[in-house]
Amino acid sequence: MLLLTCPNCGLTVEETELAPGGEAHLTRFGPASGDAEFEAYLFLRDNAKGVHFERWCHAYGCGKWFLAARDTATLQVFGTYSAQTKEPPAEILESIAKGRAT
Amino acid sequence: MSRRLKTGGRLIDRDRPVEFTFDGKALRGYAGDTLASALLANGQRVMGRSFKYHRPRSVVAAGPEEPNALMEIGTGARFEPNQRATVQPLWEGLSARSQNAWPSLAFDVGRVNDLASRFLPAGFYYKTFMAPRPAWKHVFEPFIRKAAGLGSAPTEADADRYEFKYAFCDTLVVGGGIAGLTAALAAMRAGERVILVESRATLGGRAATDGAEIDGKAAEDWIKNAVEALEKSESVTLVARCEGSGVYDHGYVICTEDLTGFKADKSGPRERVWRIRAGRVIAATGAIERPLSFAGNDIPGVMLASAVRDYLLDYGVSPGERTVIVTNNDDAYRTAKALLEAGLRVPAILDVRPEVNSPIVRDIKDLGVKVHMGRGIARVHGNDAVTGVSVCLQAGDGAVMQEIRCDAVAMSGGWSPVVHLWSHCGGKLLWDAERAMFRPDPARPPTGADGEGFVKTAGAASGALTTAEVLADAAETVGGDAPSTAVVEEAPIRPVWVMPEGAGPKLRAKMWLDYQNDVKVSDVRLAAQEGFESVEHAKRYTTLGMATDQGKLSNINGLAVLADRLDRTIPEVGTTTFRPPYTPTTIGALAGEARGETFQPLRRTPMHDWAETHGAYWEPVGHWRRAYCFPRAGESHADAVSREVKNTREHLGMLDASTLGKLLVRGPDAGRFLDMLYTNMMSTLKPGRCRYGLMCDENGFLIDDGVVARIDEQTWLCHTTTGGADRIHGWMEDWLQCEWWDWKVHVVNLTEQFAQIAVVGPNARRVLEKLGGMDVSAEALPFMAWADGTLGGVDVRLYRISFSGELSYEIAVPASRGAALWSALMEAGADFDVMPYGTEALHIMRAEKGFIMIGDETDGTVVPQDLGLDWAISKKKDDYLGKRGQMRSEFHKPDRWKLVGLETLDGTALEDGAYAIGEGTNANGQTVVQGRVTSTYHSPTLDRGIAMGLVARGPERMGEVIRFTRIGQEPQEARIVSPVFFDPEGEKANV
Ligand SMILES: [Zn+2]
Repeated sequence: MLLLTCPNCGLTVEETELAPGGEAHLTRFGPASGDAEFEAYLFLRDNAKGVHFERWCHAYGCGKWFLAARDTATLQVFGTYSAQTKEPPAEILESIAKGRAT
Repeated sequence: MSRRLKTGGRLIDRDRPVEFTFDGKALRGYAGDTLASALLANGQRVMGRSFKYHRPRSVVAAGPEEPNALMEIGTGARFEPNQRATVQPLWEGLSARSQNAWPSLAFDVGRVNDLASRFLPAGFYYKTFMAPRPAWKHVFEPFIRKAAGLGSAPTEADADRYEFKYAFCDTLVVGGGIAGLTAALAAMRAGERVILVESRATLGGRAATDGAEIDGKAAEDWIKNAVEALEKSESVTLVARCEGSGVYDHGYVICTEDLTGFKADKSGPRERVWRIRAGRVIAATGAIERPLSFAGNDIPGVMLASAVRDYLLDYGVSPGERTVIVTNNDDAYRTAKALLEAGLRVPAILDVRPEVNSPIVRDIKDLGVKVHMGRGIARVHGNDAVTGVSVCLQAGDGAVMQEIRCDAVAMSGGWSPVVHLWSHCGGKLLWDAERAMFRPDPARPPTGADGEGFVKTAGAASGALTTAEVLADAAETVGGDAPSTAVVEEAPIRPVWVMPEGAGPKLRAKMWLDYQNDVKVSDVRLAAQEGFESVEHAKRYTTLGMATDQGKLSNINGLAVLADRLDRTIPEVGTTTFRPPYTPTTIGALAGEARGETFQPLRRTPMHDWAETHGAYWEPVGHWRRAYCFPRAGESHADAVSREVKNTREHLGMLDASTLGKLLVRGPDAGRFLDMLYTNMMSTLKPGRCRYGLMCDENGFLIDDGVVARIDEQTWLCHTTTGGADRIHGWMEDWLQCEWWDWKVHVVNLTEQFAQIAVVGPNARRVLEKLGGMDVSAEALPFMAWADGTLGGVDVRLYRISFSGELSYEIAVPASRGAALWSALMEAGADFDVMPYGTEALHIMRAEKGFIMIGDETDGTVVPQDLGLDWAISKKKDDYLGKRGQMRSEFHKPDRWKLVGLETLDGTALEDGAYAIGEGTNANGQTVVQGRVTSTYHSPTLDRGIAMGLVARGPERMGEVIRFTRIGQEPQEARIVSPVFFDPEGEKANV
């Protein structure tokens, strides 16, 4: 059972307090999009064995969403960060490059 | 014959006899006995029958790895099958029964399976499934059902309670042997918070049994001092009778503590599940001795050499008078020593190693025991008990050199570290050829959140074999000084996977690998031959390592045989996956207190108590209880529902609608937000007005519906379905937080803040007028309008909306006023023939009107266009959630299943979920279907069956008669009609 730190309320919490939301940083494609773009948005996921950017909701806590960078094979967590961003922040990418949380 | 010795047994108390029964027979043991030791003490060697061949079986082991001695323990509501006699402490009045024996343990008809064993090879079950159907029905199934199965299922609900405990520590040590104690002491001295759990009642592990000198003291004394030091420390928690069951992500560990399973007094919780979050886990879980694979190695009397020692020294029980020892390592010589010291005879030691000259071997030879080097067992003689062994060269094909008379055989094939806890969360193993074992690879531990390993092993679990190695490893693991002990020289093991090496098919077919599942060397070889080369496939095909023991004894031997047959090395074949729990865990323990009424919280509306006292028949709706109907004396539920519908349509009905979701959406961008969430336009709704809306997911599928009221310029109140309140709230938050986070909108879930009462029927207006306080006329409050005001002195928000087709109001009041207003309405309504109605009447009335219900007409594959709801989908909006999904061609195919009404020709009701039968069959030979029933009721209003369904091109086929399936009966004919069965012009609500 994972332990993740919610950046919204600062608590490090058990997975049972959280609701998973799948892959992060998806771009929404609406009515103007072509079939390929829409299919990718709706169905195609990296399903990485390794570093994965993912959405979590602190459902039984502050109720806020956040994002996590986690290795799906080793379960190492490189950091959690705000859901209000289009891409992983620089310090998270730095942690991943170093192989540990900074 | 096994028996109790006159002296000895460090764990039993000879002053405290304990009475128990086995298969109805009254027996006596001592406090401290396990069920297995007490049975052996009573000369009861046969303890069960094997699963497939029903061969008589006795204990092979003395610990949790025992595959044979599975018992049914207890009676009635405390009956439990498959309990291992080796770890079941004896208590006064314990009643145990043997399993898999029919009609009796001594005479078992299933034994014919054994005689017919060549017809029950590996993959028997899978091959049987391929048999012709009649053979399966008349031969195999009755036979398997009668004869197979491990134990019988309890017939009563579990009488016991279970509890959870949450705990946190820096270091969790699993296993209280000398390795675990050393690790715990070191962690304690380093100032850590330590929890140490030990599955047995006493700490110390094997060292106390086998004897050793530690820090200049006898092992038993050293253990006593260590335990005292740990008990004294405030930072250490010691828990005995507590098994480390499973290690999970990021240092989460489940431990299971036995609270009453070892005693007659069953009051209080039976087990306590410890849910521990540990900084690090030290698995000091020891090692398990491996059996040797020789013909007849399952005959009662053949035991692990270490188990023989345990029964002798821990329980004062002799497994036999003359014990032949067969081994490939030095450790079994300790058993010889223990037997001789107890005055028992060891006719021979058969050691597969060509030449050994270690101190313990010399000692035993000096005692006059015949030690035969390079020899093994060709076969064991006996049926229900060992009568002797045939000796052969290990290097040969089994040619008999000598016969030795004996009544017990002690075998040792070496030791396998208990790596389960290391492996549960992904710790990797390496094959140590010198020690002939898989042991943890310290370079590849399971990793925690910080990417560092969080599990370490200590002592025998790391692969250490001698006392000195165990203590040194444990100290190094934690970082402390190792207690001092003498270094004893031991000769290396010689791995043996089949005895003798050149054994032919006949011998291989009598060499058991997995006792519990009756898997033999010949089965694993056959699996390999038939192409099941992966160890995971071979496991499932042969059932090797399945069932309750999960192959604790059989795995390594089995995969070695597989490797040999495939001409691969053991590490190339690898192990199967180790999964928690370490031993079977009671489901009740995992459920804890969450059963019956405490299974989950129950949500009650403010009017719940009124309904309860007025005879509500409840149905669960999510976490809520809603009244299904209010049956009167002598009335069936169907009668009550029928009465409630008629009374509402003719006079006045009242429904508790409080469970409907109420989400307040507010902010400068609220209108824009709701335009994205609903398929129709909500931003144009005028304050004071209501609009029915649909919500879809990005696939375009309908996920919820409800009435939206605009409260003011920046505020909307969205009603959701009862089950959708939390889900849709979460859905809104997700979009606001993760996609449109710059939009100025907030959402509040007010579902429980308001009670809501539907007042429905021709007399609805009159009862509100009687209460008085606000204008409820058609002019002041037209259909789909709302107003704030007072009714009977209570502040209310009054919506004029209808889900029944009747004149109808929904009154929202603060939850605290709900019960009072309900009672006031019931009282005022008495003059107007008011009756409460439940959810079933609600459902019928909406179906009579052709209104859809989320979850009935929708199932996650239905778009609103399928339901004829195009009128509720805005054509003007560029975008809404689901719009792009609905543009896909699949939803525009002409033969799409679409909503229609269905009327049976004979007036009966269609079956729920029935399929409409189409023309011919599909590629799989199945009947083609052209639709299905989504809602079906007997309409009290029309006194006939009515239904809604999705039918291919349905709306174009009005008047056509099609056939619907009916389970066990002829199909039913129904005509396609409009889904609006009642008052199609809407006149009743328009007053
Ligand atoms: Zn939080």
